[in-house]
Amino acid sequence: MGIFQYRFRFLFLVSFLLCGSALFAQDAEQAEGIVDTKKEVDDYIQHHIQDSHDFTIFSYSNDAGERKHFGFPLPVIVWTSEGLVTFMSSQFDHNDNGEVIVEEEGLSFAKIHGSIYELEGGATAVNLDEEQHATNGDKVIDFSITKSVVGILLIGLLMFVWFFGLARQYKNKKIPTGFGRVLEPLVLYVRDELARPNIGEKHYRKFTGYLLTVFFFIWLLNMAGLTPLGFNVTGQIAVTAALAIFTLIIYTISGNRDYWMHILWMPGVPILIRPILAIIELVGAFIIKPFSLMVRLFANITAGHIVMMSLIAIMFVLRAELGVVGSSVLSVALSLLLFFIELLVAFLQAYIFTMLSALFIGMAVAEHDHDHDKKGHDGSDVEDVRGDFI
Amino acid sequence: MGDLFNDFSIGLFAIQTVLLIVLILLMAKFAWKPIMNSLTEREEGIQGALDAADKARREMENLQADNQRLLQEARLERDTMFKEAREIKAKMIEDAKGEAQEQANSMIKQAQEAIESEKRNAMAELKNQVAVLSVDIAEKVIREELSNKSKQLELVDKMLGEARLN
Repeated sequence: MGIFQYRFRFLFLVSFLLCGSALFAQDAEQAEGIVDTKKEVDDYIQHHIQDSHDFTIFSYSNDAGERKHFGFPLPVIVWTSEGLVTFMSSQFDHNDNGEVIVEEEGLSFAKIHGSIYELEGGATAVNLDEEQHATNGDKVIDFSITKSVVGILLIGLLMFVWFFGLARQYKNKKIPTGFGRVLEPLVLYVRDELARPNIGEKHYRKFTGYLLTVFFFIWLLNMAGLTPLGFNVTGQIAVTAALAIFTLIIYTISGNRDYWMHILWMPGVPILIRPILAIIELVGAFIIKPFSLMVRLFANITAGHIVMMSLIAIMFVLRAELGVVGSSVLSVALSLLLFFIELLVAFLQAYIFTMLSALFIGMAVAEHDHDHDKKGHDGSDVEDVRGDFI
Repeated sequence: MGDLFNDFSIGLFAIQTVLLIVLILLMAKFAWKPIMNSLTEREEGIQGALDAADKARREMENLQADNQRLLQEARLERDTMFKEAREIKAKMIEDAKGEAQEQANSMIKQAQEAIESEKRNAMAELKNQVAVLSVDIAEKVIREELSNKSKQLELVDKMLGEARLN
C-alpha cells in the first residue's frame, strides 16, 4: 500500500506545484459547460477520453453563468502547408466546436473534437458536415505538446528520477533504503517473473531493460489515469500502437533461424500445407500479435475510464429517480469499488503487456521447437485472467 | 473501428515513439544497467557467501569429526595405558608378594634350621652334661658298692650275665 500512497502524494504534490505556477486561464463561455443530461454526460466522457490540447484540472460555472477553467494551456505545434506553426492552446479559448478561429502566420486554424484543422485560404468560419467534420479545411499533422505528451514526460521523468536514484544507491550500499526498497522488489519481479521465465535464462538479460521500461511506463501511466489529473495516456491508441510496434520490432529483429523457419517453412508438416501456414504465421507475427497488444491495453484503459466516469455520472443522471443523496451515495459507492478494481487493472494490464512482449520475444529467440504449444497455453491463461477481471 | 482510426493521432504516435526511444535508452543506460549489475553482483555475492558458509560448515564438520576421532583415539590410548598400568601394578604386587613370600619362607627355613641346630647343640650339651653327671653318679655309686666285696662280685656277675645275653 505504501507505494500507492507515495505515488498519490507525489502526484498531488506535482499537481499542486503545477497549479501554483499555472496560468489561470479564465475565460467566459456559455453556461453550456454544465453536464446534466445523458447526452451531455456522453459528450463529456467522449471528450475526456480524447487527448486534450489544454491541461485543465477542473472547470466550473460561476454565478454569472460563465464557464471558468482552472489549469494551464499547452503549446500547439502543427505541421501545416506552410511548415511548422506553433502557438498556445489558450488561443482556442477551450472551444472544441470550431467556433474560435486562430490566425497564426497567415493561416487559420479551428479545433473540432480535439483535432486541429487548417482552414482553406480566406475562410473565416468552419463549415461542418453531418458527422462534425470540417468541409473547408484539412486536418494538420499535430505534434502538439498535448496532455498525453505532458503525462508521458511527467511519468518518464518520474521513472528516471526514481530508478536513477535507486541505481545510485547501489554505489554505496548493497541494499537500498527508503523508497528504493519499494522499487527493488518490483524490478526483481519484472526480471524474475516476466523476463526470465518467458525469454529464457540465456537471452533474457538483453531484453530486461526494454521490459522494465515498458512495464513501469504503462503501470505508472495507468495509475496516473486514476488520479484526478485525468490523464488518459494508455487509452490513446497512438500510444499503445507505438508500444506494440516497439515489441514487434524487437522480436522481429532478434528472431533467430528457428523462428523464421517456423514462420516461413514450418518443419514437420506436409509440403502443401507449408505455404498456407506461412501466410497464417506471417499474419500472426506481424499483424495479430502487435494488434492484440495495442488493442488490449487501449480498450481496457479506455473502458475503465468510460465506466468510471459513467458511474460518477450516476450522480446526475439518476438524480430525478433517487434524489440527490441516493444518487450521490450510489455513485460514490460504485465508483469507489471500481476504483479499486481499476487499480488492479492498472497493474494487470502493465503485467500482461510486459508478459506477452516477453513471451513473443522468448518465442523469437527460443532454440527449441516447443514454442507453439507454449504460446497457446499462456495466451489462453492470460485471456482467462483478463476475462475474470474486466 | 472507424472512430478508432480517426482518433489515431500521427503526431502523438511520433512523439510517443521518440519519447519512448529516449526513455528506453536513458533508463537502460542510467538506471537498468547499473541496477541489474548491482543486483546480479549482490546475488552472486550472496550465493558466494552462502557457498563459503556451506564450505566452512563442512570443513568445521570435518574438523569436528577429526577432533572426535582424535579424542576417541586418545581415549582408547589412555584406556590401554591405564589397563597396562593396572596390569603392571598387579604384576608388581604379585611379584612383590611372591618375593616376600619366598624371602619369608627362606627366613623361616633358616630360622628353623638355626633352631634345629641350636636344639641339636643344646641336646648334645645336655647329653654331655647328663653323661658327666651319670658318670659322676655312677662313680659315687660304684665307689660305695666296691667298698663291699660281695656286692662287687654280684655286680660282676650281673654284668657278665647281661653281656652274655647280648
